[in-house]
Amino acid sequence: MKKVIYMDNNATTQVDERVLDAMKPFFCEKYGNPSSMHTFGGRVGSDIVKAREQVADLIGARPDEIIFTSCGTESDNAAINSALLSFPEKRHIVTTRVEHPSVLSFCKNFENRGYVVTYLSVDDKGNLDIEELKNSIKDDTAIVSIMAANNETGVIFPFEEIAAIVNEKGSLFHTDAVQFVGKLPLNMKDSNVDMLSLSGHKFHAPKGVGALYIRKGTRFRSFMIGGHQEKGRRAGTENVPLIVGLGKACELASIHVEEDQDRVKSLRDRLEKGLLEKSPDARVNGNHNSRLSNTSNISFEYIEGEAILLLLDQKGIAASSGSACTSGSLEPSHVLRAMGVPFTAAHGSVRFSLSRFNSDEDVDYVLENVPPVINRLREISPFGKESKD
Amino acid sequence: MWNYSDKVLDHFLHPRNMGHIENPDAVGEIGNIACGDALRLSMKIDDKERIIDAKFETFGCASAIASSSALTELVKGKTIDEALKISNDDIADYLDGLPGEKMHCSVMGQEALEKAIALYKGEEVVDSEHDHDEKIICKCFGVTDLKIARVVREHNLHTAEEVTHYCKAGGGCGQCIQDIENIIGEVWGKEKEKAQAADARNMKKEPMTNIIKMQLVMETIEKEIRPMLKSHGGDIDLIDVIGDHVKVSLRGACSECVSSGATLKMFVEEKLREFVHKGIVVEEIKD
Repeated sequence: MKKVIYMDNNATTQVDERVLDAMKPFFCEKYGNPSSMHTFGGRVGSDIVKAREQVADLIGARPDEIIFTSCGTESDNAAINSALLSFPEKRHIVTTRVEHPSVLSFCKNFENRGYVVTYLSVDDKGNLDIEELKNSIKDDTAIVSIMAANNETGVIFPFEEIAAIVNEKGSLFHTDAVQFVGKLPLNMKDSNVDMLSLSGHKFHAPKGVGALYIRKGTRFRSFMIGGHQEKGRRAGTENVPLIVGLGKACELASIHVEEDQDRVKSLRDRLEKGLLEKSPDARVNGNHNSRLSNTSNISFEYIEGEAILLLLDQKGIAASSGSACTSGSLEPSHVLRAMGVPFTAAHGSVRFSLSRFNSDEDVDYVLENVPPVINRLREISPFGKESKD
Repeated sequence: MWNYSDKVLDHFLHPRNMGHIENPDAVGEIGNIACGDALRLSMKIDDKERIIDAKFETFGCASAIASSSALTELVKGKTIDEALKISNDDIADYLDGLPGEKMHCSVMGQEALEKAIALYKGEEVVDSEHDHDEKIICKCFGVTDLKIARVVREHNLHTAEEVTHYCKAGGGCGQCIQDIENIIGEVWGKEKEKAQAADARNMKKEPMTNIIKMQLVMETIEKEIRPMLKSHGGDIDLIDVIGDHVKVSLRGACSECVSSGATLKMFVEEKLREFVHKGIVVEEIKD
C-alpha cells in the first residue's frame, strides 16, 4: 500500500505500538475470564484493576467511578438511559443540535415514548447560548447531555460551567467527551460533571473499547443487563485485551498530552494558514478561540466535498467532509447546518484532524497537493468563476 | 465509501468535454448549489439538427461529474431527436452502473439535456415552481408531485427510499415521506391498505366515553400487556381509570423487580397510548 498521509484522526487513530504490546499477552497466554474461580482466570482481574486506575488517573477520577464499555456510543447511550430510568417521573431531556448521533439519535428515539427533548442551538461559530441553556432546564429535566468538544469542528463547549449550572438546577449532567479525552487534561475531582463518556480509538487504543465515568453517589441503572461484571453496572465478560489497551493508552496520554498538543497545534495552525493563503474563497468553520488543537474544518466554496476527498485519496491524503454525499444522506452535516453555515459552504467542507503521529513533512505534502485539487474542481464547477475575474 | 465502477472513477478523474462552449446553440442548466449538485450543459448544433459538440460544467460529487462527462460523450454526433431518447438509465449503463443512492446524478444529466433541447426548439420551459398544476411535495429539495410520479413510473419504483435515490425527494427532513408513498400508491393504483388501517385506528381515538375507554383499556391489558408480563412471571391489575389517568398495580415478579420498574411502566403506558389514546398516563399503585 502506498504511503497515506492520515489526517482523519477524529474518525479514528493509529494504535500506539506500546498499546499493542501491552495487549498481546491477553490473547493467547493470559486469556482467562476474570470472573473464574481458578487462578488462571482470576489473576487477570488485577490487570483490569490496573487499567481502571490508568483511566481514572488520566481524568482525575477514582477507579470505582469508571466502568468499561464497548465504545463511545455505548457510554453515551448508557448515561442517558440511566438518568431516564433513575428518574422516571422526569420526562424532559436537554441536549444540543450539534451532538454526535450516539446522543442525538438516542434522544430522538425517546420522543416517541412520551419524552420532550430540547435541542439547544449554536451560533455561527458553533457556540452555545448559556442563557438559553439556563432557561431550558426545568423541574422535570432528567438529564442534560452536552458534548465537551465537537467531532466535526473541534469547538470546545464550556462544559464545566454548564455542569455547575445544571447541578444547581438539580438535574444530572452528562458530557460526551469522546473527542476531548486524551487531547486535553481533565480533573473530575474539581468538576461538577456527573457522567462522562470516552472512547479508546480516538486516542491510540484500538476500536471496541470505551469507558463511562459515573460520579460516586450518582444513581445508576445499567444498560447492559446480565452478569455481575463492573459491580453490576455493565454486564458482559470483560474484554480484557482491549481494557488493558485502553489503560495503556490513557497512561501514554497523561504523559504526552501537553507536549503532543503543543506540537499538534503548531502543525494544524501551519496547515490551516497555508491552505487559506493558497485557496481563495475558503473559510474555517468553528470558534477559533475555543477549539481542539488538532482539528481544522475548512469550507471551499463552489465545489463538493466528496469530489474533493476522492481526489485527495488519489494523492494518498485521508480526510473527511461534511458534504451531503459523504454523510450518507442528501443534506450536509447537521453540525454545519446548525451553525448556519451556508449550504454552498457546507457541501464543500473538509475536516483535517491530526494526531501526534503527524509530521512537518505531512503538512508540507498536504499544502502542496490540496490547492491543485481545489483549483481543478473549481474549473469543472459552473459556479464561482466570476469571483476570479 | 461508495463502490464506484472503474468507469465512473475514470470519468471523474479524467472528465471528457469539460468546460463551456463559446456561442453555444443550446444550453441547459439544472440544479443549484444549495441542493448539492448542479449541471450546465452547452451544445453546438448544426443545421441538420445534429449535435456536433457538447461540454459540461458540474458542481457535485464524483458520480455527478462522471454522469455529466458520460452525457456529453453520449450526445455527441446524435441528432436532437436521437438525443432525446437518451434516458438516465443509458447514462448509468454507459458508466457500468451507479450506486442506487446516486441515481439522481444520472437523472440530472437527462434533465439538463431535455431542457437544453426544449430551449433550442423554442419550447416554453416552465420552472416547476411557476407551474400551477404542480405541487411541491419535498420542500427541502423543491421536488414536485409530477416529477415524483414521473420517476416512479419510469423506473418502476415502489418505496419512498427508491424515490429519494432517483430525485432526492424525501431525503431531507423526511416530512413528505407519507406524501411520496401516497403518490406511489396513486401511480400503481393500489389500495392504500396501510392508510386504511391507520384510519381505522384513528377512529378509536375519537373522543370516547369513559365506559368505552375503560373497556378498551381492559381489552388492551388482556391482549397486549398481560401475556408479556406473565411470560416474565408477573401480572397486572387495573385499579381505576380517571380521565386519561390509568392506575394499575403490578403483581408477582414484576412488583419486586425494582430496577425494571420504570421500563415496565413505560411498556404499559406505550401499549395503552398505542391502542387506546395517545394522552394516557399510567400511574403505578404500590400496595
